[in-house]
Parts: sequence; structure tokens; C-alpha cells
Amino acid sequence: MRVSVKKWFKDGDPWVWINAGAVAISMVMVFGLLFLIASRGLVHFWAHDVMQAEVEAKDGSRYTIVGELVETVEVSADQLRDAGYAIPDDLEHLDRKLIKMGNRDITGADFRWVLDRNISNRTYPEDIVVMERREWGNFYGFLNEVIEDDKVVAEGDSAWEALQGRLDRALDIYSQIHQIEKSEIGSINAGMERVRLKERKLELNNKLSEQAQLEIKEERAALDAEYEGLQAQLIELYSQINRDKVRVQSMDGTQITVDIAKIVNAYQPNAMSIGDKIIFYIAKLYEFVSDEPREANTEGGIFPAIFGTVLMVIMMSIIVTPFGVIAAVYLREYAHQGPMTRIIRIAVNNLAGVPSIVYGVFGLGFFIYFVGSGIDQAFFPEALPSPTFGTGGLLWASITLAILTLPVVIVATEEGLSRIPRSIREGSLALGATKAETLWRVILPMASPAMMTGVILAIARAAGEVAPLMLVGVVKLAPSLPLDGNYPYLHLDQKFMHLGFHIYDVGFQSPNVEAARPLVYATSFLLVAVIALLNLSAVSIRNRLREKYKALEM
Amino acid sequence: MSESSPQQPQLDFNTPQLIRHRKQRKFKDKFAEVSIGAGGISVIVAITLIFFYLLYEVAPLFAGAEAERIASYEVPAKEAGNTIFSGAEEKGEKAFRVTQQGQVIFFNTADGSIDSTIDLPIEDGVIIKSVATANPASRTFVLGLSNGSALVLKHSYKITYPDDQRKIEPYIEYPFGQEAMALDPAQEPLTEVSIALSDDALMIVGITASKALVAKRFEQEEDFLSGEMRLVPDDIVLPDLDVTASYIIAEPGMRFMFVGTSDGHIQVLDIKAPRENIINSTTKVGAADTTIVDMTLLLGGASILVSDNTGETSQWFMVRDQDNAYRLQQIRTFEPVGKTVNAADIEHRRKGFVLADEDGNVVFYNSTAHNTALRFNVGADVSKLTIAPRSNKLLLETADGQMQWWDIDNEHPEISFSALWGEVWYEGYEEPDYIWQSSAANNDFEPKYSLSPLAFGTLKAAFYAMLVATPLAICGALYTAYFMSPRLRRKVKPSIELMEALPTVILGFLAGLFFAPFMEENLPGVFSVLIITPLFILLFGFTWTNLPAKIRQLVPDGWDPILLIPVIIFGGWLSMALSPSIETAMFDGDMRQWLTNVAGIDFDQRNALVVGAAMGFAVIPTIFSITEDAVFSVPKHLTQGSLALGATQWQTMVRVILPTASPGIFSALMIGMGRAVGETMIVLMATGNTPIMDINIFEGMRTLSANIAVEMPESEVGSTHYRILFLAAFVLFLFTFVVNTLAEYVRQRLRGKYSVI
Repeated sequence: MRVSVKKWFKDGDPWVWINAGAVAISMVMVFGLLFLIASRGLVHFWAHDVMQAEVEAKDGSRYTIVGELVETVEVSADQLRDAGYAIPDDLEHLDRKLIKMGNRDITGADFRWVLDRNISNRTYPEDIVVMERREWGNFYGFLNEVIEDDKVVAEGDSAWEALQGRLDRALDIYSQIHQIEKSEIGSINAGMERVRLKERKLELNNKLSEQAQLEIKEERAALDAEYEGLQAQLIELYSQINRDKVRVQSMDGTQITVDIAKIVNAYQPNAMSIGDKIIFYIAKLYEFVSDEPREANTEGGIFPAIFGTVLMVIMMSIIVTPFGVIAAVYLREYAHQGPMTRIIRIAVNNLAGVPSIVYGVFGLGFFIYFVGSGIDQAFFPEALPSPTFGTGGLLWASITLAILTLPVVIVATEEGLSRIPRSIREGSLALGATKAETLWRVILPMASPAMMTGVILAIARAAGEVAPLMLVGVVKLAPSLPLDGNYPYLHLDQKFMHLGFHIYDVGFQSPNVEAARPLVYATSFLLVAVIALLNLSAVSIRNRLREKYKALEM
Repeated sequence: MSESSPQQPQLDFNTPQLIRHRKQRKFKDKFAEVSIGAGGISVIVAITLIFFYLLYEVAPLFAGAEAERIASYEVPAKEAGNTIFSGAEEKGEKAFRVTQQGQVIFFNTADGSIDSTIDLPIEDGVIIKSVATANPASRTFVLGLSNGSALVLKHSYKITYPDDQRKIEPYIEYPFGQEAMALDPAQEPLTEVSIALSDDALMIVGITASKALVAKRFEQEEDFLSGEMRLVPDDIVLPDLDVTASYIIAEPGMRFMFVGTSDGHIQVLDIKAPRENIINSTTKVGAADTTIVDMTLLLGGASILVSDNTGETSQWFMVRDQDNAYRLQQIRTFEPVGKTVNAADIEHRRKGFVLADEDGNVVFYNSTAHNTALRFNVGADVSKLTIAPRSNKLLLETADGQMQWWDIDNEHPEISFSALWGEVWYEGYEEPDYIWQSSAANNDFEPKYSLSPLAFGTLKAAFYAMLVATPLAICGALYTAYFMSPRLRRKVKPSIELMEALPTVILGFLAGLFFAPFMEENLPGVFSVLIITPLFILLFGFTWTNLPAKIRQLVPDGWDPILLIPVIIFGGWLSMALSPSIETAMFDGDMRQWLTNVAGIDFDQRNALVVGAAMGFAVIPTIFSITEDAVFSVPKHLTQGSLALGATQWQTMVRVILPTASPGIFSALMIGMGRAVGETMIVLMATGNTPIMDINIFEGMRTLSANIAVEMPESEVGSTHYRILFLAAFVLFLFTFVVNTLAEYVRQRLRGKYSVI
């Protein structure tokens, strides 16, 4: 049966198709976005082959380039001609490739755009070495010699073998140094600060007696002695770690000497098999989630950000769950169901739509400047003028987000309570239970999945929220984790790192955005994955809950 | 159970144990009721606290100023002579007055007791004829003497804490030496004087008794050997004016000089101009018979305040015209004090000033806000007044030889309706404009607190976001709720709702770092998608309808979107692939340059289009979800009735479902709008955050929320800026709250309607 265009339009079918198209476009957008983040974030950890090639420069000279291919874009020939390239007239568009060549210390930039047609003699030599360093980014080039105490111990092919053992040794020493510097000296510093505050407190209370001064002096001396001991160990370790060096050659033939102590990882991607690469990939992925960031957050891992996010979210849920549930129970079970309750319900519902930045402003003004400074005056006068709770920190961030997510928990719990059939309540009451008993033994257990849903949704919202946190305690780089081995272990006043803010900061405030971009995609992917997982689990709990009560209603 | 027989087992419910148990249960029940009630109410109160706290922080902005007299006493050391100048120390604990005979008397402001007296190094018989201050922050002032020379002084205070007590020791410094500088070779008295001070130069100008202008400029040079500062004089020869000069002001830029004449003209001299053009302009103040009674330089040295004999005071500054020439321009006129101005002083840290008249009216003004911040009467003829540096105290000398010490509570004079929302002519601007610029490096900066560009930016971002989101979300929701097969719907709905949970920081990041450069590269492609994709959808739809039934029936009803996915992807790919060719064919190979050069449209990489797309993406799920619910809950018998009467699916949709569900769709749009208005991270990351007022889709904006995120951390607690940011937050809060409440109300009514049908 043929349908004429006229009839087709008269029936309104085109509009139906357009509507279907809108759904399809939305779906394409959602999954395209997720795919984009996943693909860009996950390829970052793969050991890409490193190409060596010859490039013809704008002025006709030729040079060798060594690096990874990052992306290819099409540019119009006119633009290139304007930029001074000699392009044949018959070409309209050309491919341009972005090559990551590392060696920032030698060439000044990590990346270079090269016209595809100017690249020739592409090879993938197996002995190209990629070294991830603690400073100056990656090195791409060839390993010439391994040097121990200024003497060459290995050259040429044997150098790679020699490097492996020495690198492991250096990494081992490095982790010892790190342990001493971060953890042990950190704890001495915390002790020192505690002693200083104690002294200041006594001074403020006019109780700094001779006796007390003597005690403080002793404590200081003990800490100093401990510090001296660690310092000696550190000097020893530093002299050990600086024993080995490597001599490497970059793409333009420059030879440089790199301390093995400065190398984090060295590999020969072109020589790796697929199996090797998969193992390498997993190791890199693990490093990403478990390591600290390096080089102004553009390299290394994001562990402190994950840790900060998780800790903040946990604290937030501890605060929001009881209050949210109590408010919901009150509204649904105890409050008189009149117009006032209806208004409150609408108001609470609408608070979920208030922009999050408003909560941030409230948190900053009320909690930090008002309550926090009050606490400082009352309980921490010895630390003033440097604020303890009078500045952004974990506690205030958690409370601010708890208020932000309170409506979510209240609404979800109320919905759960309203779905419990009246007959169940009445049955319980008829059997002689008091209202409190009914609530505690019957209703709350039945509503618990709804509460779970509420809390999960609250967590998902809190984990992705950045704007308010920027005002109440998130920083780009926290010197230590808010939970550590120093008294009082959980540092509620400390600033912390956060995944969402990490994305904003590295993506927009970083000095080397291009180099950091893959890392931001990877962080985004992690955040999206966590939040999607949380949401999907909330949805599935909710669906199960609905099924359950459907059975009850029959 | 009413009757009990001896055969039945006796159940005693009243054993002490059971009674206790019952009591316990009752107590627990009561306890739960009370504690849940208290807890629930306090949580709700805590939530409303947000509203009241924001209000509490904003309220001082609109609270009026107040003045209170603390003390009144006879002029300290009255016998030493008339006051010619007075000033106060930073905290207002000490003040001083300079007598005509050259004595500086420091006194305690609380009771007028004399602290110390200093004799200035002036020759005997010479008296002070005139005084002028430099920039208030420098605490420097110049005395014009009766022998034609000028002495520069600085009042300084040494603060020590002996025995933890604050002790202030006032003293006088002579930054350019104790020797008075000869200004007039004829040694005539200087009836008017003015000083301009910069880091490396000093200029003193004056009017002599015979109405001649004198001026001297000194370059400060550091002596290489001793490191001491030395003054190198540099004479400025001023022309003989054809008018009678009675007031003179030199601006700190040392370029312009403002001369007030006895017949009510202001003559501007441009001393950097060639000799013959030294007279820049002459402007008449007020009507023909108006004369000038006072001229003062406002903080920052850009504006002058001119008071005339009619009691009016107006602000003037140099404005650059089209020919790049500066001309004196009257900017605004302030509310009259009462009678003619008797005494005036300017505030030290903001663009405010205070005027007083013989009836004892004292009025505080703010120039930027163009408002009268405070007006009170002191009950006596005011002859001199001095504002303390923090603008919280006021020292008055009255004609009857009394001094009054007032406490001034005037925290936020820079706020007025016109300052927040209107066009304001700021110093240094060519015309009145809407500007947001809250801070700068220097102290005498004029803060520009116009919320208009921010509100405009907010609405612009929301508008473009809604433009993207509305058609997609509503069309999608209509299809999903009405045409889609239930199985597919169960998959599609959660996945679109998943978008809602997507952190906006990720959308912002993608918009700023992926989409913005991508769009810049493929600008023609982005626009051709808008045409190609719908065209492809229609073409495919028509082709599909005309395919043999066998093929069509392979795909069940309501699965069309799945068929369309490849079509859309292909359409999108094709547009991008065509983009370079379109660019070459129509836009000379570079659409961006073409826009700027040919179309004359400015182009930012991070612009409203990028924000619209990204924020539209964030808003789609909100609108989609609510619209879908509204459409889905339209009672089935309505649609079935319509179909049974022979209407097509689409006719049913347009004639039956849409009208019924339209309140729900409206509320969806409102809630989506609320979300777009308050969104922070996307606009923060995907625009350049420049507060401009331009509807151009290719330029960025700054929204209220992004502005808060950017400026709040640096804002000083309790300052006007801080409170304005709170005001912005309060406006956002109210806006979204009202919009959401309205939407909720509409939705609830709709629900009621459905239950009736």
C-alpha cells in the first residue's frame, strides 16, 4: 500500500517521526557522551606504540620526531596556506596529526602538530624507551648507558636489562623515603604543632608555670631527637638513591643524563606483546586509582581525590540519614495532615530544586564564618589567628552537602512510607501495639528500602556536586589525607580533595591542559561510573520495593 | 469476656510487672512521639534557616544609615585661634585641628581633652590662609601661607602597647622638609591651594591674593650616594586667565587643573597640552547668576564636586569624546542639603562625601549610587567637618565654638536601586553603562555593582539552554509516553533520567574542552546538523511507511527510535564531513573569520551556543521526565475515545492529550528553567565568564551563580561586595523557589483534574 506525501502529512505521521527522532537523538546524546568519556578516559592507560619518523618542516628542513600519535584532525588548506605552508593548489583539506613527543625539558613542549603529508619513513623501533619521570613529563628516546657512581656499567643492548634492577631498587628506596617524609616526619610535625598549641593555650590562660615550660621543653627535645634520627636516615637514603643514572638520547640526538631516582616507570612499548600490554594496562589502571598525583595533578593517580570524596560522602550520609528519616516520619506519621503539612511538603520538595551554589553560599556564611569562627573563639583560641574551624573543611563540606541532599532523603522516605498500605498499620495497632512500636517494628523495616533509595540518591548527588564545595573546603592539592595516623586521626577541620573539583581544576586551571586531558577524561569516567552505578542501584531497589507492595495491596 | 466465671483461667492484667511494662510502653510511645515531633520540626526549621540566614546577610544592604552624637565639648584650646583644618586618626580616637596661627592641637575625641600641641615651623607673623589635602590615604595636606609659600605636612600616629594597653602618640611629619616651599615670587598670600601627589612627583598649585595662579612641580629623585629623597623643582608657568579665579584643584594625574571662577565657571587647564591649548574648556555651572561656593576633589581624584549658591552640588569629571579629546562633563546632581553648603569633606575609602549647611543639616551622599545615604540635623551652624578614615565617625565644629563628635553607622551607602540595576556613569567611562566589576588592585577604585549584566547573562544562558532542551525533551517525552512500546519505554526512561544524575562538572568539562573547540572547527557542520538530521528523519520515515508490509512488520510498533539511531548518527557524521566543504564554499574557508570580518559578529570559543548545548543537555532529563509523567497519566479512556471516533494517532495527541497535559508540560518547563538558571559549573567552565550584555549567540556571559563561585572566596566578610553576592544567592533562591512552587501547584491541580475525569 503506497502512501502519498499528502496523506502522510495529513495524518500527522511526520510529527510522530520527528518525536521518535527526538527520543533517538536524546539516546544518541546520552550514550555518545558516555562512550566519549569512556573511550577517551580508558585508552590513556594503554601502552601506545611510539613512532619514529621524519618530518619536513615549514621551511623545507627535515627533522626526526619520536612520539605517540594522539589525534588526527582535518584542516582546510586555505588556513594552512595562510599560516605559511606550501600546499599544492588542488588540495582542499589535509590531515593534521597531534604527536605527543614528551621531553619537555629539551623541546619546551610536550605536543606538536604535524601535517600528515609531511611525515615520512615511519618506523616503530623496538628499542625506543618511554620513561615516566617525576618532573618534566615523559621522556621518549633511546637508552645509551647506565651509570653507577659516574662509571658506565652497561651500554647498548645490555643497558635495558641493567636499568630494570636499578629502577626497582630506586623505587624501593623512594618508597622508604616517602614513608619517612610523609608519615613519620609528618607525625613529628603534628606533634610539634600540638606542643606549640599546648604552650600557647597555657600562656593564654596564664598557667604557663616553670614546671609546664620544662615539660614542654622536654617534649620538644624528644621530638627534635626523633627528627634528627630520621633526618640522618633520610640523608643516607638520598645518597643511595642518587647512585644510579642513565644516559639517554632524544629524537634530535641530544644526550641527557637522568637520575634513576627521578624515573617512575620505564618501558619499551614497541617491544611489548599484547599480553604485556594488558598487564601494563592493568598496572597503570591500578596506579591511577591508588597513587598520589604528580606534577601539579597532571600525572600520576587520583587516590587522595577518591579518598576525600568517599570520606566526605560517608560523613554526609551519617548526618543526612537520621535527620532525613526523622523529618519524613514526622511529616507522614505524626504531623496533622492539613494544609500546613502540604505546604511544608511542597517547600521541602522545592528545596531540591534550589541551585546548589546557594547552599554553598549558606555554608560559607553560616557554618564557616558564623559557627566556625565562634567555635574557634571558644575552643581553639590558641591556634588563632590561623583558623581551625573558621575556614572550609571536611566537616563543613559534609554538613553543607547534607543540607543540600536532605530533601532527597525526605522525599524518598516519605514516598516509601506512603506506599505502605493502611491495613498494615491498622493491623499492628489492632493487635495492641503502640504507635511507636508499630513504627519501629513494622513500618520502618518495610520502608527501609525506600530510605536506602533516598540515601543512595543523596550520595549520588553529593558525589557529583562541585559548586558548593568550592566555597566550603575543597582544594586542588591537600598536603595530607583527612584521615591518618596522627591524633585525632579524623581531621574534620582539614581541607580535602574531591573528584569533581579535580576535574574542574586539572581541566581548567592546570598549566598544561593538553597533557592533563586524558587524565581528566579518566577521572570523569570514574566519577560517571560510580554515580551511574549508584543511581542504577537506587532505581532497582525502588522497583523491587514497588513490586513488593503491589503484592501487599492484593 | 464481660463476665468471668471461676472455671476460666484467671488472667490478671494488673500484676505490678505488667503495669510497669504498660507504663514503660506508654512512656516509650510518648517519648517517640515527642522526640520525632521535635526532631522533625527542627529539621524543617533548620531548612528554612537558609532563607532567613540569606535574608539576614542581605538586609543590612537596605537598612538605612544612622547617626548618633557621642560627645559635645568646647573647641579644644579655643584661645589658640580659629580652626583652619581638622583631621582624625584611623580609629577616630584622636583628632587634631590646625589653627590659623600655625599650631596643631591634638585632642582626644571622646572628651575634647588636649593630647599635645605642636607649633609648626612657620615664621612669626605669617599665618595660614588656605589648606588642601592630597589623597586621603596619604594623610598628607598642604598649607598655603600668607607669605606666598606652602608647607606640606603629614599627620602620623605611633601606636605602642605598653602593658597591653593601646597607646597612640600623634606627631607631625614633614615629608618634603620643614622648610616651606616658595610658590609665589611676589610673596602674596595664597588664598587657595591644592596639592597633587604621586609616587615620584609632587605638584602644588595656588591662587594668590591678586587672583594670579601659581604652580610648582617637584620630581622626587633618590640620591645615589645617601639614598635620600631629593626634590627637583620644575616650574610650571600658568597663563593669565581672563577670569577671576577663586577655587583651584589639581588632579593627581598632574595633567588637568580645575579653576573655579567667581562668576560660576569652571575652567579646565591641560598643562600637558601645547602652550596655546592650555585652556581645555570653560563650562558654566548652573544658571547665569549661579556662583560656586565650594569645589572638592572626590576620592580617586577623577571627579570634582561643585557646590553652588543655590544649594545644589554636582559631580563632574573629564570624559573622552569621539575625537579622543577630554572634556569636562556634568555627571549628576545631588539632592540639595538645604541652604548653601558651608562645609564639606570626602570619605577616605569610598566614593562618598558629606556636606553641611548653616541650619545644621548634615548629609551623607554616595556618588556612584547617586543617593543620599543619611541626613540629620545637628542643631547648630556647622563651620567645619571631618570624616574619620573609616567613615564611622564625624567631627563637627559649629560656628558657636563647640565641637561635636558623632558616631556614624553607614555601612553600605553604595547600594541603591539605580546602582544595582540601572545604567551608571562611572568615572573614566564615556557614557553610562551596565558594568559589573567588583574589585581592583587600587584602593580608590570605584566598585561597579550592576547586577544587570549578571542577570542578563543568567537569562541568556537559560534561554539558549531551553532553546536546545525544550523541543528535544518535549517531543521525546510525547513519543515515549504515548507511542513507544512499553518494553522499550522501560529501558529508555531510566537511561534518559540517568542523564539527570550526571555531574554537571563533567558536562562543563566536556563543553569547555571538547565541544567548544570542536564547534569552532566545525561551525558550519554544527548548523547543518539542525537541517540535515530532521530531513533525514522525515525521509527515512516516509520511505519506511512505503516499504512492503513484510519488512515493516519486522519491527514491532513503537520501536521506531531504534531504527532512527543509525539514521541520526549518519546525519550527524555527514554534517561534520560536509563541514569543511561548506566552509570553503560559503565562508572563504574559515567561518569564524568570516563571522568576524564579513558579518561583523564577535566570536568567542566558549560562547552561548556551547553553554546552551551543554546546559540543554543537563535540562533535558528534568523536562523529559516530568512531561512524560504528565502525558502518561492522561486517562486512557480519553485517548481511546478519540481514536474510536476516528481520529488519527497524531490528531489524538494534538487535540486530546496535549491540552489535557499542558499544565504538566508547563510545570516541566518551569522546573527546567529553574535548573538552568541556577546551574553553576557548566557556565563556569563553558563560558569566558565576562560580564557583558550582548544577546550574540557567539559570545559568552557571566551568570549570577558563576559570579558567586568566582568571587565569593575572595570577598571580605561583611563588605558590600560580600552582601551583594549574598543578594545574588538570595535572588537565585527566591527565583527557583517561586518557580518550582508554581510548577508544583500547577502539577497538583492537574493531578486533581485527572482524578475527576
